[in-house]
Amino acid sequence: MKRILSVLVEDKPGVLARIAGLFSRRGFNIDSLAVGHTMEPGISRMTIQVQGEPATFEQLTKQLHKLVNVIKISDLTEDPNVCRELLLVKVKSEPSTRGDIQQIVSTFRAKIVDISIDSMMVEITGDEDKLNAFLLLMQEFGIKEIVSTGKVALARGAKATTLAAGDKDKKK
Amino acid sequence: MRMSGAQMVIACLEQEQIDLIFGFPGGAVLSLYDALYDSSLKHILTRHEQAAVHAADGYARISGKPGVVFATSGPGATNLVTGIATAYMDSVPLILVTGQVASNMIGTDAFQEADITGITLPITKHNYLIKNVKDIPVVFKEAFYLATTGRKGPVLIDLPKDVQNDQAEFCYPEEVYIQGYKPTLEGHPGQIIRAANAIKKAKKPIIYSGGGVVHAAAWDELRAVAEKGCIPVTTTLTGLGAFPTDHELFLGMPGMHGTVAANYALSQADLIIAAGARFDDRVTGRLDCFARQACVIHIDVDPAEIGKNVEAQIPIVGDVRKVLEQLLLRMEAGDTGAWLEQVNLWKKQYPLTFENSGDVIRPQYVIKELYRLTAGEAIVTTDVGQHQMWAAQYLHCKYPRSFASSGGLGTMGFGFPAALGAQVAAPGRVVLCITGDGSFQMNIQELATASRYRLPVKIAIINNSYLGMVRQWQELFYNKRYAETFLEGNPDFVKVAEAYNIMGLKASRPEEVEPVIRKALEHDGPVLMDFVVASEENVFPMVAPNTPIDEIIGGGSK
Repeated sequence: MKRILSVLVEDKPGVLARIAGLFSRRGFNIDSLAVGHTMEPGISRMTIQVQGEPATFEQLTKQLHKLVNVIKISDLTEDPNVCRELLLVKVKSEPSTRGDIQQIVSTFRAKIVDISIDSMMVEITGDEDKLNAFLLLMQEFGIKEIVSTGKVALARGAKATTLAAGDKDKKK
Repeated sequence: MRMSGAQMVIACLEQEQIDLIFGFPGGAVLSLYDALYDSSLKHILTRHEQAAVHAADGYARISGKPGVVFATSGPGATNLVTGIATAYMDSVPLILVTGQVASNMIGTDAFQEADITGITLPITKHNYLIKNVKDIPVVFKEAFYLATTGRKGPVLIDLPKDVQNDQAEFCYPEEVYIQGYKPTLEGHPGQIIRAANAIKKAKKPIIYSGGGVVHAAAWDELRAVAEKGCIPVTTTLTGLGAFPTDHELFLGMPGMHGTVAANYALSQADLIIAAGARFDDRVTGRLDCFARQACVIHIDVDPAEIGKNVEAQIPIVGDVRKVLEQLLLRMEAGDTGAWLEQVNLWKKQYPLTFENSGDVIRPQYVIKELYRLTAGEAIVTTDVGQHQMWAAQYLHCKYPRSFASSGGLGTMGFGFPAALGAQVAAPGRVVLCITGDGSFQMNIQELATASRYRLPVKIAIINNSYLGMVRQWQELFYNKRYAETFLEGNPDFVKVAEAYNIMGLKASRPEEVEPVIRKALEHDGPVLMDFVVASEENVFPMVAPNTPIDEIIGGGSK
């Protein structure tokens, strides 16, 4: 089953290699991984989507926790969450198909960000279902190239994956 | 006080009460060694970096203190890798300081450059590449804290040449602040009560204790729990010595070459109390057949070990010593009388046996004689293979922290340098290195180290002219096709020892064994004993790989 993890890590050299290395050597598959800054200086957030059996997933989480640079892990899968991905799609277009493409783009509340003689670039954000539906339609016109950011996600409501006071004060 | 990065390293080690370093100098650690030259720290120069790590590892296992290693960049650092992996698998606290090419050269494939932090990512608890001299004190403070707390392990610090020379003010921090590291030490009280209830209810309990009991110095608590609960105990290879081997509740080692009693008891137990052990495949055999009726209480400081191989009904994360202490206050003995009778019957029915013969020395006989003549007082290190298993079976240790063997990684070449480290840790004690003719040659150059520092280790080579354990598997599972396991070309070990100014003794007949051992023990310097033994002796009992542990070859049948 698919799981989405929100992981707070120290923004230090090699931290991405540590996490990627852990996944590969323990045989876990990463579906998607996105890294970005947080409000806290020196702390990054990784949103990781993985697939696996519950026992595998438990082992993965425990192993991740063992990495010294990993500060906090939240599993967003069970909680209501907003999960988005940004996609840039370069699709073949001719004067005769531009109108159709534009119509689909506006239905999906996507944006055309570049037009050339025989292609258009579309920017679209959304969850997996929406993006898949959009891509299926674009295939009719011919997709030349595609790039995506990887999924980012936050839990709905007031709940936040941030550093608790205890995490900051922990000293020995 | 203002000082260079290299001087800071020495100052940090002094702050951590380190008085001893194992290492090997080179281009990228010239400044470090120059700073060492002025200090009061003792340095043991090995002849290979791998031996320096194993020696530090042996030192750490015997002393309970972290071992420290210096090595240069590139090949110096990569030579450490096997030793680091060995320590990582057995959770041994080490601090490894490697030189690195100058910061501005990193990434240019400079002379003797290797990405050692990248290479050691999966085999260190954590590692650092220091880019600013000001970070040295904090990094060392963190490194020692990480290496010696929670589940212990090796931590590597890579130090570029220019950082060693840069100057800054030295101030050693008093506190450690690591956001993402908080080992749980106290066991959860609710889980302790559940465990105590399970012990009270159990009719057929067994304690399965591992290296974690040694690392946590929990041997007194282990014994108290076993005695209070009237529970038999089996200890893994790395846990040997944590429970008195002559105790009536002791069953011996479990697993592939464990005793029949330990394996039957694990297989039929209704409760397994796993303490600082990780259900390694060499212990469990075929996992889906392992201890199917048992409820498992799993005590470990590393949460990731719990549920990794065997599901635990009562997981307790915490320091083994603390948890056993807590448990001791809550627990009561269950009704284990009939079970103890059964277990003792197995012990009587299936003792470890071998056949002595007139002309040829049986390897087990050598080990038994070594045990008898040292009265169990010796510190023992082993290499890996048949001799290791015979040592584990027959050479009991009276005291904890007296047995060092590469358990998890199974590193040939570990035993001899580890013995040197052990001897440094315990100068007054007899240190025995039980090794094989194959393993010993993987670090034979350390005879020079033993000779130079007059470390009086007693090396016992169980010499069968084979890579014995591999040959045994070829005999049993590959139709006696001995591919590349006959060690033709072995040297005359006695002459090799003598070339290093070390006493060399040889025994080829059973009656020569005792005099050789006596002579070695009486000599106050290092001694090499070459025991030419039966070449095709096998280690029994044996559980074939990936079969249930109650299906035992050569140990008697149910």
